[in-house]
Amino acid sequence: MDDLIRYAPALAAGFLKNVQLAAICAVFSLILGTALVTMRVAPTPVLRVVSGVFVNVIRNTPLTLVLAFSAVGLSDTLGLTFSSVPRTNSFWLVVLGLSAYTSAFVCEALRSGINTVPLGQAEAARSIGLTFSQSLSLIVLPQAFRSVVAPLGSVMIAMTKNTTVAIAAGYLAESAFVMKDTFDTTGVSIPIFLSLVAAFMAVTLPIGFCAGWLARRLAVAR
Amino acid sequence: MSPQSPVLFDALGPRGQLRNNALTLLATIAMLSVAWFVYAKFDEKGQWSGQLWRHFLSARTWTEFIGPGLAATLKAAALGAVFALLFGAAFGLARLSDHTWIQRPAAAVVEIFRAIPLLLLIFFIAYSSPALFGSGDYTRFALVTGLTVYNGSVLADVLRAGVLAVAKGQSEAAYAIGLRKGGVMWLVLFPQAVTVMMPAIVSQLVVLVKDTALGYIIGHQDLLSYGFQILPANYFGTRVSSAIVVGLIYVGLNMTLSALANRLEQRHRRTAVRTVASPGASATVVSLRYT
Repeated sequence: MDDLIRYAPALAAGFLKNVQLAAICAVFSLILGTALVTMRVAPTPVLRVVSGVFVNVIRNTPLTLVLAFSAVGLSDTLGLTFSSVPRTNSFWLVVLGLSAYTSAFVCEALRSGINTVPLGQAEAARSIGLTFSQSLSLIVLPQAFRSVVAPLGSVMIAMTKNTTVAIAAGYLAESAFVMKDTFDTTGVSIPIFLSLVAAFMAVTLPIGFCAGWLARRLAVAR
Repeated sequence: MSPQSPVLFDALGPRGQLRNNALTLLATIAMLSVAWFVYAKFDEKGQWSGQLWRHFLSARTWTEFIGPGLAATLKAAALGAVFALLFGAAFGLARLSDHTWIQRPAAAVVEIFRAIPLLLLIFFIAYSSPALFGSGDYTRFALVTGLTVYNGSVLADVLRAGVLAVAKGQSEAAYAIGLRKGGVMWLVLFPQAVTVMMPAIVSQLVVLVKDTALGYIIGHQDLLSYGFQILPANYFGTRVSSAIVVGLIYVGLNMTLSALANRLEQRHRRTAVRTVASPGASATVVSLRYT
């Protein structure tokens, strides 16, 4: 318990980083995922192939490898730097890797949502003369989003938990690393572990409840 | 609305064709320029020099580094999968128990372990094991235990959803011919639940195989640590090339498993008319797949 009190500020600061990562990645992955699913159903075959390959490769790569590669491959080799401060730079590399990884799952969720939209909706949209982008953005995607709120909620929960893997990209400020660090210096401490678990549950459980509530509220009555 | 049945757009007219061709051209140019940029940057850093790739031609790389790494990854994955399936079956059925004193604790265990970030759990097990069981190397133990309780909890929910999705008439018929609770579950409901949920189970196993890479962070000598640390230490400067090859092995491994899941799903869909899944089941599968 003493350890918990002594390291509480460091742990809280680390956990705040997790929350920041999760919030930023949520925005980026939803945008990127929507773009990917648009490409996935587009009339242009090249776009469909590009999106399909990207999603399948990313989805089948371990997140640890994605993040480690975004540090070694993208930053060190391709010279992608966001900031001259190493810690800020690796923060944004984690954002990049985690957003790309999560967007693949967002894309798959949205695609299954598009599959639930009845054929008649798209046919009606075409028959009144809407173009592909109009029928997608006005008719199909809004209904698709509403039917996959709950799965998107689980994707976001998984993403929040995945922010702990940021260590793999050399980002050494978030709570999993802080916890490992304190374990290294003082030995294992159950209160520290439990309080971090509680902190994560305090973030993920509301996401789950909100998603469930929104899913029921927004469900398309058919 | 899969890409095979493009109902979002009509067969393109002349203007649409033109626009489509223009988009194709633009997209191709964009992709090629990205590829060229990557190629040029790699070239600039000398990543294409034969020296950095030659070691993949020698047998030693494969027998001494990648082989053992892959074996360690597969071993952890296999152990994790077996224990997670057992854990999932035990807790999934326990959650369906009529006895509150079994059902409540099982529900609590499943919900808590699903909510803990896996890496935190693995760290905790890795650091607390020496205190509990004496000193030693606990990296694989921590990894397998973490994978077991996390994926087992997800599988418990999958199996529970599967049992709940079996049509009511099945259990009623089973009770009517005189089976008891255990018999109804083991002989009638559980086998059907496993069949219905097979695609979800296999895709959770893909998640498990991917998560074995977390072992890299706690120092488990698996495929990823051979690619990122041990190979570059033995062949100087090969970090990026080794990472790429190891990444390809991971992608190949998981894509094979994913393809298996898809095939099972299609086969299930073909036979779904005969079997018992209620509409709720497929929605549950969707919501559980992305954890």
